[in-house]
Amino acid sequence: MRQLILEAVPESYNRYIRRKIWIILLTILTTFLLAVYAINAGSAGLSVKDVVKTLVGQGEERFRIIVWNIRMPRILSAMMAGVGLSVAGCVTQSILRNPLASPFTLGISQGAAFGAAVAIILFGAGSTTNPDSVIINNPYLVVIFAFLGSMGSTVVVLMLAKNFRVTPEAMVLAGVALGSLFSAITMILQYFADDVKVASIVFWTFGDLGRASWRDLTIMSVVVGISLIYFMLNRWNYNALDSGEETAKGLGVEVEKIRLYGMFMSSLVAAVITSFVGIIGFVGLVGPHIMRRLIGEDHRFLIPASSAIGALILLASDTLGRTIISPIVLPVGAITSFLGAPVFLYVLSRGYRR
Amino acid sequence: MILNIDGIEFSYTSVPVLRNVKFHLEKGEFLSILGNNGAGKSTLLKCINRILKPHKGTIYIEKDEISKLSRVEIAKKIGYVAQRNENGRFTVFDAVLLGRKPYIKWDITEKDIKIVNEVLKKFDLEKLALRYLNELSGGELQKVVIARALAQQPVVMLLDEPTNNLDLKNQIEVLKIIKETVKEQNIAAIVIIHDLNLALRFSDKFLLLKDNTIFAYGGMEVMTEENIEAVYGIPVAVETCRGVPVVIPL
Repeated sequence: MRQLILEAVPESYNRYIRRKIWIILLTILTTFLLAVYAINAGSAGLSVKDVVKTLVGQGEERFRIIVWNIRMPRILSAMMAGVGLSVAGCVTQSILRNPLASPFTLGISQGAAFGAAVAIILFGAGSTTNPDSVIINNPYLVVIFAFLGSMGSTVVVLMLAKNFRVTPEAMVLAGVALGSLFSAITMILQYFADDVKVASIVFWTFGDLGRASWRDLTIMSVVVGISLIYFMLNRWNYNALDSGEETAKGLGVEVEKIRLYGMFMSSLVAAVITSFVGIIGFVGLVGPHIMRRLIGEDHRFLIPASSAIGALILLASDTLGRTIISPIVLPVGAITSFLGAPVFLYVLSRGYRR
Repeated sequence: MILNIDGIEFSYTSVPVLRNVKFHLEKGEFLSILGNNGAGKSTLLKCINRILKPHKGTIYIEKDEISKLSRVEIAKKIGYVAQRNENGRFTVFDAVLLGRKPYIKWDITEKDIKIVNEVLKKFDLEKLALRYLNELSGGELQKVVIARALAQQPVVMLLDEPTNNLDLKNQIEVLKIIKETVKEQNIAAIVIIHDLNLALRFSDKFLLLKDNTIFAYGGMEVMTEENIEAVYGIPVAVETCRGVPVVIPL
C-alpha cells in the first residue's frame, strides 16, 4: 500500500487510490463478517457463542464436527471458488477484449464439467454412495480431465479470436455453442451411466459447494493462489491490453503470449474449481463488472477487487441457497445464475462497453 | 541518422502492400507520410515498430537493427499512437502512466511519476488528471494518447492520423506540441496525415506513397503541383498565403 502512495503524485490522485484500497478492504471485511454469519446459519441450531467457542477450540464435540467438517470447508470453498472464477473472468475479459467473457460464457466451465464427468463415469475416478454426492477417489485424474475439457473450449475460442478475427459478440456466441455441445455430451454420458451416478451428476452440474473436502479445498487454494500471483505480475500488461491491441504492442507487450498464458491460467483455475464444486455460472461475469463500475479498469486494483467481490458473491449466494427454504439446500449455481442473468442482460444493453 | 529504413516489403496476402520502401530520418525531423487510402501508410508505420513483421528489408534505429530487439526494447525507443484508441474507465493520469510500461519492473517509481507529471504539464492536462478517458472530448483524448507515447521517452514517435476528428484549434495545437517536442528533445516524428495544408505547415520532410511504394521523398521541394496531382489523382495549386504554403484542389 505504501509503495502505491507516492510523494510526487498530486494529493488528489493519492486520495483516489486510497478510495480504491478502502473499497477493496471493505469488500474483504464484509466477506469475513458474512462468513461468520454463514458458519452460524443453518439447520443445526448453532448460536454465535457456540461458533466462537468452537473456533477457539472449546466447543462441544457435536458443534466441532458441524463447524470444522461441514460448514468451514463449504464456506472456504465458496470463497475460494468465488475468488478463482471472478479473477478468471476479470482476466479473460481483458485479454480477449470482450466484456462478456468469463469461464462460464466461453464454455470453459462446461468443458471442464464434461472432462470431469468422463473421468468419473468412464475412468472410475469417483464413486457414489448416495444420490446426493459424488465422492472423488482420485482428484488428480478428475482435475487433469477437467483441464483437458476446459482447454477444448479455450483452444477453439483462441483460434477464432486469432485466425478469424471474430467480433466480441461472435466469440461469446461460440462459447455458448461450445458450452451447449459439452453439456450435451455430458448428458449423453449420463444416459449410459447407472441411476445413482446420474442423480448425483445432475445435481453436480448445477454447482454444489457441499461436496468439497479439505483436501479438495487445498488443491483449489494452491491453484487459485498461483493464478492470483501470475495475474498480479501481469497487471500492467492487462492495463496495456485495455488500451487496444496495437497500443499494447507499441508499449512492449507480447500480446499473443500474454493472451495464451492468461487463457491457459484461467482455464486451469476454472477446471480445478469445476472439478470440485461443479458448474457455477456468472460469478466470473458479474464480479469484475461490479468492480469496474466502482473502481475503474486499472488492473492493479481490479484484480484484487474482483477476487474479493467474487468471494463475497459466491458466499452470499450459497448462504442464501442454504437458508432461504432451510433445511432444503438450493444449488448455488442456480442462485448465481438467477442473480447473474440480469447483470448479463444489463451489460449487453450497454452495448459491450467495458 | 536516427532511423534508417532499407528495402521494406510487406504483404497481408499475395498482393504486396509495401514494395521496396527506403528512407532515413535525422534527429529533430518531422516527417509526414502522405498518400491515398490504401496506399500502405498505416502498414508502413506498423512495420517500423514491428507490430507487423516486414518480409524483406532492414530497419535500423540509432545503431540497433529492430528485428534483433525485443518488444520491450523497441517500446523504449519508439512511441506509437494508433489510429483508433480505447477510452475506458482509466483516469488520464493512469493512461499516461501506462506509457512507463516498458520501464516498469514490479511497480512504478518516483521517477515514473515525475515523468508523467512533466508530460501532463506539457500537454496542459493536469486539471484532467483524475477524469476518466470516456469523459473526455476527442481532442483531449488525442492529447492523452500522444502524452502516453511521450512518457515512453522514445527517440522516434510514430503517429497514425493524430489530427483525425479534431477541430481546427486542436489540430494545430496537437501538431504544435509534437513539433515542439521533436525539436526540444531532439527526437524524430513520423506522422500520417491527410490534411496537406497541415503537413506543409509542420513537416520538415515528406514521404509520398503511391501504388505501395515511395513516389517521392524529400523536403519542401517534393511538394510540387505535379507530384501531388500524381499521388492523389486530382489537380492542385500550391500557393503561398501570407507566407504560409497552401495546397488548393482545383
